Amino acid sequence: MIENIKAFLGDFFVTGDPMIYGADVSIALASIAIVVTLTYFKKWRWLWDEWLTTVDHKKIGIMYIIAALLMLFRGGVDAILMRTQLALPNMNFLDADHYNQIFTTHGTIMIIFVAMPFIFGLMNIAVPLQIGARDVAYPYLNALSFWLFFFGAMLFNLSFVIGGSPDAGWTAYAPYAGPELNPSSVGQNYYYIGVQISGIGSLMTGINFLVTIAKMRAPGMTLFKMPMFTWSILITSLIIIFAFPTFTVTLALGLFDHLLGTHFFTIGGGGSPMLWANLFWFWGHPEVYIVLLPVFGIFSEVIATFAHKTLFGYATMVCSMVAISILSFLTWLHHFFTMGNTAPVNAFFSLSTMLIAIPTGVKIFNWLFTLNKGRIEFTTPMLWALAFIPNFTIGGVTGVMLAMAPADYQYHNSMFLIAHFHSTLIAGTVFGVFCGLHYWWPKMFGYLLNEKLGKWSFWVFMISFNVCFMPMYFLGLMGMTRRMYTYPAGLGWGPVNFIITIGAFGMGVGFVIMAWNIVWSAIKGKRDTTGDPWGGRTLEWSIPSPAPEYNFAHIPKVTTRDAFAAMKEDKKRGREQKPKPFEPIHMPNNSGIPFIMSALFFVAGFGFVFKWYWMGIPGLIGVAICMIARSFVYDDHHHIPTDEIERTERATGRLS
Amino acid sequence: MAASSLSDSDKRKNMPLEYTTEEGDLRIVGFWIFMASDLVLFSTLFATYLILQGSIGNGPSAKDLFEIGPVMAETIVLLVSSFTCGLGTLELRRHNTKGLIFWFVVTLILGLIFLGLEINEFYVYSVQEGAPIHLSAFLSGFYILLGTHGAHVTLGIFWVICIVIQLAQRGVTPVTARKAFMAGLYWHFLDVVWIFIYTAVYLTGMVI
Repeated sequence: MIENIKAFLGDFFVTGDPMIYGADVSIALASIAIVVTLTYFKKWRWLWDEWLTTVDHKKIGIMYIIAALLMLFRGGVDAILMRTQLALPNMNFLDADHYNQIFTTHGTIMIIFVAMPFIFGLMNIAVPLQIGARDVAYPYLNALSFWLFFFGAMLFNLSFVIGGSPDAGWTAYAPYAGPELNPSSVGQNYYYIGVQISGIGSLMTGINFLVTIAKMRAPGMTLFKMPMFTWSILITSLIIIFAFPTFTVTLALGLFDHLLGTHFFTIGGGGSPMLWANLFWFWGHPEVYIVLLPVFGIFSEVIATFAHKTLFGYATMVCSMVAISILSFLTWLHHFFTMGNTAPVNAFFSLSTMLIAIPTGVKIFNWLFTLNKGRIEFTTPMLWALAFIPNFTIGGVTGVMLAMAPADYQYHNSMFLIAHFHSTLIAGTVFGVFCGLHYWWPKMFGYLLNEKLGKWSFWVFMISFNVCFMPMYFLGLMGMTRRMYTYPAGLGWGPVNFIITIGAFGMGVGFVIMAWNIVWSAIKGKRDTTGDPWGGRTLEWSIPSPAPEYNFAHIPKVTTRDAFAAMKEDKKRGREQKPKPFEPIHMPNNSGIPFIMSALFFVAGFGFVFKWYWMGIPGLIGVAICMIARSFVYDDHHHIPTDEIERTERATGRLS
Repeated sequence: MAASSLSDSDKRKNMPLEYTTEEGDLRIVGFWIFMASDLVLFSTLFATYLILQGSIGNGPSAKDLFEIGPVMAETIVLLVSSFTCGLGTLELRRHNTKGLIFWFVVTLILGLIFLGLEINEFYVYSVQEGAPIHLSAFLSGFYILLGTHGAHVTLGIFWVICIVIQLAQRGVTPVTARKAFMAGLYWHFLDVVWIFIYTAVYLTGMVI
């Protein structure tokens, strides 16, 4: 009996590695610290009322960003572990299995649990404010999206200490990820289920923001008067809606191969491992644009604001985003040119991939022309935006190199490819979300991040990024392939790898400075009393910082693009509109159901990971009960009375 | 949320009950978009099934397995349930709570009969004919495609039960009208998916 329990616990908890024990201890200590702090300061009630049950898009946005930053830390530590292992030939820092797990979790976490939630956080904060709305179309659903993401991420991260992480790469290619070659299933199940749970949340966010932007714009804001960031989110939402259901199915089929013994992607029984690659990338390539188009929107806002000019080529910006969104569904096969497709098929996907360079190039030139003859102000967000242009272009150009199918036989799965997609995803997405974070920070919290520390973190991170990834292109051309856990001396790879590792640590330092900046500014940061610290052009800067619960005391009337810039101009000329009396504002009620329901998803998911149906099925029944309970809630909104609005507006100096 | 101006609410007065509030309008639009995404979900399953249809491994082929009788019964029951659901929506337009509840209950019963027939079909194939889900890729694709549709029907049944209870409690209001209308859309959507299943799975499976 005791032997049985011992054997079970030995399988259940990951054992035998000092780093894992370190992680166990730090998880336990952090949990205890959180519980003790909350209890000591009597903050449980506050946590529940203000955050866990909130349906306010601004608070949900903040929670998304906090979670994304924490996950960025985890993914970054993964990266640094990998780079330490590769710094010198024949290193023994990580063994092969552990290395495989770490590159898998690094990729999955960075895409699914960092890039997506960071963007969702920024769009939650900015989009309703930019279109003059008081919340998103479905505030309750928005909370549910967040908590599904959160518990999906927690489930995935748990694999590190309980049961073991997946090791088949973030793409989880069959047949290696399948039950024939991965018979224990636990790590792979974590991947399928953790990503699935948060993916459902992403799909709902897509629907939510599409309807919000389509139906809730302030009067007068026609589609072609929307801010460019809002446009990018509208198009991103459409991509999410048409790409994510495919991923839902793909993950479910992969899971069924493990749980039910189906033969979708297996070698035996007529299954088709290639089908996984096709289905995965049919979602996976649009996903690249789901994390890129929003940052194109952020850069458009920031460059226009700090060049103090209206955005150049508005209509072509929109058209090129639409073109990118359509093309993004027609290029998935370029991820596996070498898997034995016929020449005409490769030729088609080669061409469709190269075509994407055209609309992207149009956007790059539009940004450059926006800068042309502008009064450029070099703030931290602007630095991130300016650095994006050349660094991302390098990623784009090497992308066109990879798009040539015959040449791809050389580049495929080499470090050249790794350097390419990090050039696009770091110089694009990461620079973009950092840019947006600094830009909208005062709107979120009412104070600015320190400029000096911000610039330090920018320069350290940006230079280290180039130290890390520029040599990697050459390393790829020298023959080093991806996912090698070590390499022998004498191939000439050692010095280059060592430089890359220095760059990786440098990026870590840049991130730490940014974290320090957040802490420092929280205590000593400059207050934003005007609500418009940057001289902004769009409606989010027309309201106080941080935005009041109801966002706009009066819904603004929009007559032109850059609505707030026009309002300021009117004010200068003394054509200000007279203030109208306040009206009670209709607001949605908080709800605990999203949190509870997502927690039950977590319980169910954990059960299915271990094939514990006694746990999984009751978990799902609990989810169903939550849905039924919600169906019977009719008292789901309240009104903010006019005197409370008046008090709030007076407190922010908006009423004299 | 309260962005609607006076002219907007005036316009809404002449619309069907479920569209009379801005919130109802928003949710119906969102539900259409959800159905579009669900369509992509089913498209992926159809594509998977059609690719794997010929990969029968050591199991039976579609021609060996399928029988027309139970399939016709399922089809007729589901199509009739879609018709009765439509009659329910007509009663909704007349603000007739009792009529609406009556037709929704008929729809529910037909939905349950459909589910029973489908479960029986699965039982016959997997146990009596010896063709369970883990025998071949074709069978995996078949059970999962039809199972997903069946799971949608099951969810729909629970949803309609909730709505019938709320209709009985509250009568036809803008909120219950919106819910009943959306459930109707969902039910018709499942019917459309079934027509594709009938064609792509059974018809091609038995003829080709």
